[in-house]
Amino acid sequence: MIILLLYVAIFTGAFFAVRFGVRKFRQMNDYTSLKTVTFGDESAVRPDRWASVISVVTIFLLWGAFTGSKWVPLHAPGPFVGDTEFTYTLEGPDGTRDDATVTVRVFKIGETVETPVVDPGDGIAKNDVLTVGAWRSQLLLMDKNDEVTRDQGAKVVAIDGKPVSDGQTVDVAAGTVAVTAKGSLNFAPAKGMQMEPIWLPPPEAVVSRLIEVSKQGYQNFTLWEHLYWSLFRVIVGFALGALVGIPLGYAMGLSDWFRGWFDPIVEFMRPVPPLALIPLVIIWQALARAARSSCCPRGALIMTISARAGVSGVAISKVHAAYSLGASKWQLMRHVIVPNSLPEIFTGARVAMGVCWGTVVAAELVAAEKGAGMMIMVASRFQLTDIVLMGIILIGIIGYGIDILMRKAETWLVPWKGRV
Amino acid sequence: MSTLSIDNISMRFDLPNGGHVQALQNVSLEIKTGELMSVLGPSGCGKTTLLNILAGFLAPTEGQITLNGHRVTGPDAERGMVFQQGALFEWMSVRDNVSFGPRMAGKREKEWRGTVDHLLDVVGLRDFKEKAVYELSGGMQQRVALARCLANDPDVILMDEPLGALDALTREKMQGLVLKLWKETGKTIILITHSVEEALLLGERLLVMAPRPGRVHKEYRLPFADTGAGKDLREVKKDPEFAAKREEILTMIWDMEEEIMGRTEEAGV
Repeated sequence: MIILLLYVAIFTGAFFAVRFGVRKFRQMNDYTSLKTVTFGDESAVRPDRWASVISVVTIFLLWGAFTGSKWVPLHAPGPFVGDTEFTYTLEGPDGTRDDATVTVRVFKIGETVETPVVDPGDGIAKNDVLTVGAWRSQLLLMDKNDEVTRDQGAKVVAIDGKPVSDGQTVDVAAGTVAVTAKGSLNFAPAKGMQMEPIWLPPPEAVVSRLIEVSKQGYQNFTLWEHLYWSLFRVIVGFALGALVGIPLGYAMGLSDWFRGWFDPIVEFMRPVPPLALIPLVIIWQALARAARSSCCPRGALIMTISARAGVSGVAISKVHAAYSLGASKWQLMRHVIVPNSLPEIFTGARVAMGVCWGTVVAAELVAAEKGAGMMIMVASRFQLTDIVLMGIILIGIIGYGIDILMRKAETWLVPWKGRV
Repeated sequence: MSTLSIDNISMRFDLPNGGHVQALQNVSLEIKTGELMSVLGPSGCGKTTLLNILAGFLAPTEGQITLNGHRVTGPDAERGMVFQQGALFEWMSVRDNVSFGPRMAGKREKEWRGTVDHLLDVVGLRDFKEKAVYELSGGMQQRVALARCLANDPDVILMDEPLGALDALTREKMQGLVLKLWKETGKTIILITHSVEEALLLGERLLVMAPRPGRVHKEYRLPFADTGAGKDLREVKKDPEFAAKREEILTMIWDMEEEIMGRTEEAGV
């Protein structure tokens, strides 16, 4: 909640800062900047690059701030680490009361901790020592060293002077103490507002893990092999899908028999989410282990639909013109229908590539010995959140990179797209 | 002499709701080589259907078309088409568009280069031949379409409102260009238009068609295309005879439109 509020605050603050600060000094003077009607004119809405940069920086800042990153100067209050103490009041069966102090040492998980030595003190209750890891809690059997134990009728009646009964929780310095149903004490140090590394590691942990994994590999394969296999499956699946889908789409666009035959199949498969096919693929893998490129049918489907749309998208006057200029059917196909459908096919290819990437990773999550998805899955079983995050970021970057490449190819191969 | 003959063409097709449309009824025409005939008529009079039948894109339910003695059964390079717009191939340069016909016929570049360059000169696009067609203005695109059609050297050129999408000024220039090309090449041209003025200016013969069923209503022989070639077309329009003809035809088409409106009102539409 606080993170969301902070995010909205940064969003708004940066907007005003850029609008009234930076823009004052760097006035653009191209045609679009002179438009007065921009609200509603989609062409006048251009991404503000300042916003993009600030957006990315904000995500990293928030991530760092709430995980105690060394790279970020400002931090949300972290978990309590160090020594603290509280007192409890023990009441014997005869009604005598005595206070004892519990010295608690809260340490960071993974660091060695020395148990502090304290003077047991006098009275029926003796002073105790407790060590507890940050974000954890620790049960204190406070009466073990006391002269009267719970079995003999002793009972904790107050903590830090505040009266308590079983099942209650009391705030003490740097944490809370709960009285359990059996009458023992449970100390939980203050958690602060940072995320525990096991939920969300700081960015530097992810980076150092990336360096480590790229040097040493993970689960018998190097990082590059994992990524290579994922990418390889995507490309093979995509290529097979295109190889099947594009000719099928053309056939469906050009022949009523093909259209009638495959229409029910295509329309049936269209709403079935690709993830729903993965279990089937896993079962089939027992039969044919080679069938790993499970994204292939989905890619084929998307390519079929886009190729068909590309064929039906050809203006009839172009077809008529080509025939009137003496083109044969084959020439019409080669010089008119195929180039005319390229924009649609490229759009479909971009969608298919994205879906392929998603499906392959999802399939690897459940069945693969190597690959980015498998890496994430195995890491998550061992709660290696940094590897999971690293995998997610790498998958995102690669997917984004593929899309940029496809867009570049598109502007190079289909320059007339959107200009007809 | 080769002629295009339209022999008692009727076109009637069924509608999904059980009714039928009589798009054309008993249309007969004889068009001589080198004639420029413009076709006018209110919407729904079947003029585009007639053109599509002539091009071979549609088969008439009755009658037949013959060109140079053989029957028309489908599209062919002997009958070129110029469309209103959007019929150019965006993935080709201006030059590749214009040379499309010869290239499809399997001719080598040295065989067509001269013709194509000459035609690009004639339509004033010599400096644009390497440009992509989507970079050109609407008027320039129609000039490419004209050149593309001529490069294929068809016997008959069918024009389906070729200047309909252009602005008034460009349209006037293009009308001059059409006349000039017609004079220079001596091609048979059939031109469909919505503009009475354009039909009068360009048509040696003018066919006024009437709707429901689509049929030939009246035919004129006009002197303006002959006299107008090479002249300022605005001078032609000032001719009192031109103005009189324009009024006559406009009234005729208006009456037809009124009749259609009246009939649909009676039918309770």
